[in-house]
Amino acid sequence: MAKNKERIDMPRQEIEKRIRNFEEVALGYTEQMALLEAERCLNCKDPLCVKGCPVNVKIPEFIKLINEKKYLEALKKIKETNSLPAVCGRVCPQEEQCEAACVLSKAKKPIAIGRLERYVADWVSLMGIEEEIPKIDKNNIKVAVIGSGPGGLTCAADLALMGYDVTIFEALHKAGGVLVYGIPEFRLPKRIVEREVEYLKKLGVEIKTNVVVGKSITLKDLFDEGYKAVYLGLGAGLPKFMNLKGENLLNIYSANEYLTRTNLMKAYRFPEYDTPIKKGKRVAVIGGGNVAMDAVRSALRYGASEAMIIYRRSKQELPAREEEVENAEAEGVKFNFLVNPLEFIGDENGFVKRIKLQKMELGEPDESGRRRPVPVEGSEFYLDVDVVVIAIGQTANPVLLDVTPEVKRNKWGYIEVYDQYGRTSMKGVFAGGDIVTGEATVIQAMGSGKKSALGIDEYVKTGKWV
Amino acid sequence: MYQIIEHQKIGQNIHKLVIKAPLIAREAKPGQFVILRSYENGERIPITICDKDKERGSITLYIQEVGKSTAKIGSLKENDYIVDVVGPLGKAANIEKVGTVVTIGGGVGCAITYPETKAYKEAGNYVISIMGFRNVSYKILEDEMKKISDELYITTDDGSYGEKGFVSDKLKELINRGKKIDEVLVIGPAIMMKVVSDITKEYGIKTIASLNSIMVDGTGMCGACRVEVGGKTKFACVDGPEFDAHQVDFSLLMKRLSMYKDEEKLSYEKFINER
Repeated sequence: MAKNKERIDMPRQEIEKRIRNFEEVALGYTEQMALLEAERCLNCKDPLCVKGCPVNVKIPEFIKLINEKKYLEALKKIKETNSLPAVCGRVCPQEEQCEAACVLSKAKKPIAIGRLERYVADWVSLMGIEEEIPKIDKNNIKVAVIGSGPGGLTCAADLALMGYDVTIFEALHKAGGVLVYGIPEFRLPKRIVEREVEYLKKLGVEIKTNVVVGKSITLKDLFDEGYKAVYLGLGAGLPKFMNLKGENLLNIYSANEYLTRTNLMKAYRFPEYDTPIKKGKRVAVIGGGNVAMDAVRSALRYGASEAMIIYRRSKQELPAREEEVENAEAEGVKFNFLVNPLEFIGDENGFVKRIKLQKMELGEPDESGRRRPVPVEGSEFYLDVDVVVIAIGQTANPVLLDVTPEVKRNKWGYIEVYDQYGRTSMKGVFAGGDIVTGEATVIQAMGSGKKSALGIDEYVKTGKWV
Repeated sequence: MYQIIEHQKIGQNIHKLVIKAPLIAREAKPGQFVILRSYENGERIPITICDKDKERGSITLYIQEVGKSTAKIGSLKENDYIVDVVGPLGKAANIEKVGTVVTIGGGVGCAITYPETKAYKEAGNYVISIMGFRNVSYKILEDEMKKISDELYITTDDGSYGEKGFVSDKLKELINRGKKIDEVLVIGPAIMMKVVSDITKEYGIKTIASLNSIMVDGTGMCGACRVEVGGKTKFACVDGPEFDAHQVDFSLLMKRLSMYKDEEKLSYEKFINER
């Protein structure tokens, strides 16, 4: 029989249905789909996809195991380098990484690596198969990981596999960082994150929630308690606002707040859950990244009749993943390109009711290489809204770093690191992810968590710092 | 899980809770707060830390029932557990020897003026405390405050205890008596803090207020608690909770505190009906 040559589409919840619920949009491959997709892999001798992956998942090898229907083995193969396959299969920008490197991408039909990765991870959990825990030779050396986002989880898993006694300290009441408070259920169901966290616990990782390092305990305390090294995977964690008139009016949220209420606190199930959120009929989300897409698609699901993106550049410059933009468009999100807010106007009780906007046009490219938006004189206009979400990014949260001057920061407040392992200016302290690079992706944070695990192992064994 | 090791109901709807939380007890300083979540579906609410006991590894909180979350906490018994308590959060109060200090607490706000009054006293200040309550059944911490204050005045709205009137009346009286006041600390309902702040502004007396904004994470991550101080946006959770009262936009604070009025009512009514 001739081999399948077409990239297999991902089945999704129907649009009409999905915009009324918070359940996962992408439904995952069936076994037949996974097999058809897997047989397309050319199993290249020098696989470029592996190099395109920040954690170098052994892609052709796991796909070959899918061909042989050895799904559990396939998962083990992935887990040799990636401890969060069910997450990565869903939220990695494969189109910029492994799939972009796939030789079939020239014909615009790269292997759907992310979908296959997801299939394998989901299959194992669906079958209720207990994953074997690799035998670990404990070395009884304590290492602390601060923050349980993707970088922290990855660093912790790798260190645990090397034999370390790893404790993760998390400020919130639930482990997962941005995976639980930021990314919505409809893109990444929280049970998936819980499953990955459970696996970590089985590896012997201890997770202490409700500990704000810098407030509840200091880095010095940790070293005094016998931890030999620390990984800081703090995330960015300080929302940016625009400093516009009226920005503190009621019903204007940062994306962090809007998404945290929704995802971590489950405001979409209020009053069964106690945390409320303002649903809004006309919701404007300012920004064009993945976070903005998550917020605006959440607004639709809360029942907005108009869920709008306000973006100061054009469609081409949108920083969000293409897939997310397509999903948002298909669901009925309205995109307002080349407009920028000037002011928020409230009603007599202080609730936002209008935004004053200005039209923009694209000028010369700026330092990011994208064409700089320039205001069009005299183009001001008003837009009626009842909820606004500001999703223009985050900067470094200073809670821990303010009390830890030993860890040097750059002029933007992010941690300075001095090598590929994330060594900071404080002995024994490594850092990675958004708190070093500024906002990046889940997999990039995982990649740096992995490198730091190697750096920590080397440091603890040799005692060599510089 | 954080065990309630003592629970005492005071008057109508105030609860004194002593909670086992050794890390917080070790680090907490006057002026700081915790965020707690009473059960799995609960919301995260900020509560200021009244006292701590390092040896016992415990913290003391006063909670007034005003809605579902606080009523739920009030319904917990000794030896029950609160699922999440995190802290100490916020900046510690900046307390120095300045001379004569008036600390003003309104209702459960007294739970924060208490450790700060103690700290002012220990720093060598002459401390005058004014405590205001709706009526006698809301009265807390009188004996404790008596021990650490050089002068103590209590007012109730209805005159059922102490002097009839508001804390601001008492403060005005002290000022009119020619008392030289170097610093005022005011903690309580936003409207009370505003009234006091307006008075001291007129007399040029430095005044600190502790802002009780709505919060979610309490670590600067969400911005729910934003307030305007001196025309600039600040996060009460990490930049505060204490600010120069004369710079605070209290009317914005009051509006933002009322943001979920309808939802809070719905949630509370549902809770009462199901109880």
